[in-house]
Order: sequence, then C-alpha cells, then structure tokens
Amino acid sequence: MLKILKYSFFDLMRSRWSYVYFAFYLLLGIVLLFLNNDLSKAVITLMNVIIVLVPLIGTIFGVMYYYNSKEFTELLLAQPLKRSSIFLGQYLGVALSLSMSLILGLGIPFMFYGLFKSTAIWDFSLLLITGSFLTFIFTALAFNIALSNENKIKGFGYAILLWLFLAIIYDGMFLMSLILFEDYPLDTLSLVGTMLNPIDLSRTLILLKLDISALLGYTGAIFKQFFGTNFGLIVSLSTLTLWVILPVLRIIYKSKRKDF
Amino acid sequence: MVTIQNLHKKFNKNVVLSGVNLDINAGGIFAVLGPNGSGKTTLIKSILGMVIPNEGNINVLGNNIKNNSNYRSQIDYLPQIANFPSNLKVKELIKMIKDLRGNHTKESDLIKLFKLDPFLDKKLGNLSGGTKQKVNIVLTFMFDSPLIILDEPTTGLDPISLIRLKELIQKEKDKGKTILITSHIMSFVEEVSDEIVFLLEGKIYFKGSISDLKIKTNQPDFEHAIASILTNNHA
Repeated sequence: MLKILKYSFFDLMRSRWSYVYFAFYLLLGIVLLFLNNDLSKAVITLMNVIIVLVPLIGTIFGVMYYYNSKEFTELLLAQPLKRSSIFLGQYLGVALSLSMSLILGLGIPFMFYGLFKSTAIWDFSLLLITGSFLTFIFTALAFNIALSNENKIKGFGYAILLWLFLAIIYDGMFLMSLILFEDYPLDTLSLVGTMLNPIDLSRTLILLKLDISALLGYTGAIFKQFFGTNFGLIVSLSTLTLWVILPVLRIIYKSKRKDF
Repeated sequence: MVTIQNLHKKFNKNVVLSGVNLDINAGGIFAVLGPNGSGKTTLIKSILGMVIPNEGNINVLGNNIKNNSNYRSQIDYLPQIANFPSNLKVKELIKMIKDLRGNHTKESDLIKLFKLDPFLDKKLGNLSGGTKQKVNIVLTFMFDSPLIILDEPTTGLDPISLIRLKELIQKEKDKGKTILITSHIMSFVEEVSDEIVFLLEGKIYFKGSISDLKIKTNQPDFEHAIASILTNNHA
C-alpha cells in the first residue's frame, strides 16, 4: 500500500492543480493577514472559506483522480497487489496531498506573521485539523461515489450533489425543522443534527473554540455546554473519525467486489 | 497450470460466460478465439482476478485465486488497450512496475529489441498507439513468469515489430512457459498457437489443435473453419 501511496502522492504533487490549490491558500492566508491585521479574525474568515471550499475540492479531486487514473488502476490490478492496498493507497495519496496543500498553504503565511507567539495558535491548529478531517472525509466519499458509478458524468453529478447537500441544503432543512418544531424541546435534535453532518460539526467545533457561541443563537448555550467540554471535543473528534472510517471501509468492501 | 470449473459471469443482465470448463496444461501456446463479445476478455480478466465470477472456481498453478493476490506474481499480462498514466515517462513507468513487483528483470534487451531507446524520456501521453503497445509488450515480457497472458498483442504493431513479437513468443515458449493469447488476426493465431479454445455464447465450443478444427468443420483452411463455425451458429 505504501508504494501505491507514494506513487499517487508524487503523481499528484507534480500535477498543476496541487500547485493551484496550494497557491490559493497561500494567497488567501497572506491577503487575510494583511487586510485584517488580526489573527483571530483571520481565523474566523478562514473558517468560513475552509468549511465550504475544502469539502468541494476534496470531492472534485477525489472523483477526478479516480476516473483519471483508471488505466493506471487497471495496470496495478494485474500485478500481485491486494485490491484494498491499491485503492487505499490511491485514496491516502489524494487525501494527504490535499491536506498538505492546505496545511502548508495556510501555515506558511501564518508562521511568518508570528503564529507561534500568538494565542491564536490553538484556534488555528484546530482549524487545520478540522480542515484535514474534512479533506479525508470528502475524498473518501468521492472515492465511494466513483467506485459505484462507471459513468464519469454521473459520478461527477452525484459528487457535486453530495457536496451541495451537506454544505448548503442540509443546513436549510435543519433550520426549517427547528422553526417547524420550535414548540418542542430541540436540544437533543439539534445536537444530533449537527453531529450527523461533518461540515456542521466542524463549523460548530471551531466557533465554540473561538468563543463566539453567542452567534449560534438560542441553542448556543446547549452547544457550549456540550461541545465546550473536553467530553464534547472528544465526541466530536470521534464522530469526525467515524466519518472517515465508514467511507473507507466501504471503499474496501466495494473495491473487492468490483469488476474491471 | 490453469483450471477453470463451471465459470459463470454476467454483467447486470448480460450473460457473458455461462459454465466455462477449461484445463490449460503447462507449456505451449493457447489461443482463445471467438466473435466479438463472446467473453474472451472476460475469461482472461477472470483468470487475473480483475473480474469477479458469479460462480465457479479458478485455479492458477495450484492456487485458488479467490481472495488471493500473490498468485499474480506468476502471471505476465498484456492488456488489450495500452492506456497508461499520461504524465509519466516511459522510463518512470518501467521503474515503477519493477518496484511494485520486485523481480529481477531483463527490460534492457527488450528495449533494444523494440528500439524504444529514443522514447524512454518521453511522456506516455505523447506516444503513438504502436509505440505504446511496444512499451506494453516490454512491461509484460520483462518479468520471467511461467504464465503469460496476451490480450490482442498485435494491435498497432508495424510488420517488423510483429515479427519480433512472434520471435519473442516463440522464445518464451521454448523456455517451457504457458502462453495464452487472444487475437482476431487468424494468420497470427495459426502461425503461433499450438492449441485453440473457441468461445461461443459464453461456452467453450471447441478445444483442440487447428488440424482437429479443420477436420471437424470440414474446411481446408483455418480462416474458413472459423468462419464456418460463425455462420453455422449465427446465420
């Protein structure tokens, strides 16, 4: 698996798009720091960008990489390699190279700005950790979609729909349900609803870490009670881990049964 | 060498193989023939484990291939369509496959044989179809495995390369290897193969030598013998 990981990783590292992605974050980091001049505010703005963009890029890159490397995959399948190591290697190659673009692209400008001396370092680290989690989650989901769809166009369509659903539509439905059932106690429902969507979960996690839970409205207090504690943090991070593990397991399951 | 028992495979509702039984003994060149869509490639991919059969058993060199990947180190496979990652250089691809299989290889003789030296530093995406096929052949033959599977090896080759390929196949056969070939070029099949396996509608219609086939179909030459099977069964 490590050999496949190595080749996928270097293959991606040489592609133009990794540089574009890296350069985008580098530029974003620099611009935010110079315009804001305030590290914690820059972190909030970054959160808003990352929460939406990282899943999108993860999904698109994952699907694109799978379809583009089909021939390579077929070449590998005829070699004495396990299917699980072929696909996990490719998946990790994509997810790692995307995470690296994110971490380096944002990390470098912040490092020069004096992150290590600042108190925002924990907020910033949490931002990068959730960003990496989101990359791993959505790349895995993208691989799942691509493995289940022979047709490229369909695969891309489903991938975009998935992103649209989790990034935008889910929130809308969630809010609607809160308004619709406002007469009932909604603490547990809203907690569970947030847990079930990795994007919402990441956003809540960061917002609470930044101590601006007042922005979250009337459930904010409950959220603070839950997510603000160490227990909440552990549960959230485990949920994010689960969001990585389940799709990865399905990649293994699906790839073992697929015809090439 | 290869034993296939009661192999069934369908893609959705499309039945491709329905109960194939086949024994391939060690040593010699076997040609798998059949009309388009008769399941030749599916059969070969099943042996390689790329297609998962719905039913049936396949043994390669005494190993059941189900949930197994190590047996593939005993097989050299030439895929039908030579599509490689286009941003890799020829040299890098060869190095990579060597790294993945970890055998000692003899690629330099093959590169010389097919005059690929000037292409080693070119990217695979910029090569012509025939050159890609030559790279494909080098990648297949550079390992010294007892079973060689060639899916349409002649595609896109110029006459000189074709002659070299035939010599290469003959040389490997003389070493006692088993070679499985599919091809639509009947003259090529007639020239190289010892035995043929004819697939028709997902079953093995005929297995034996070319002269047996001529007797069975009562035709004087090989091409007409094949044609007569097809017309008698499809007309």
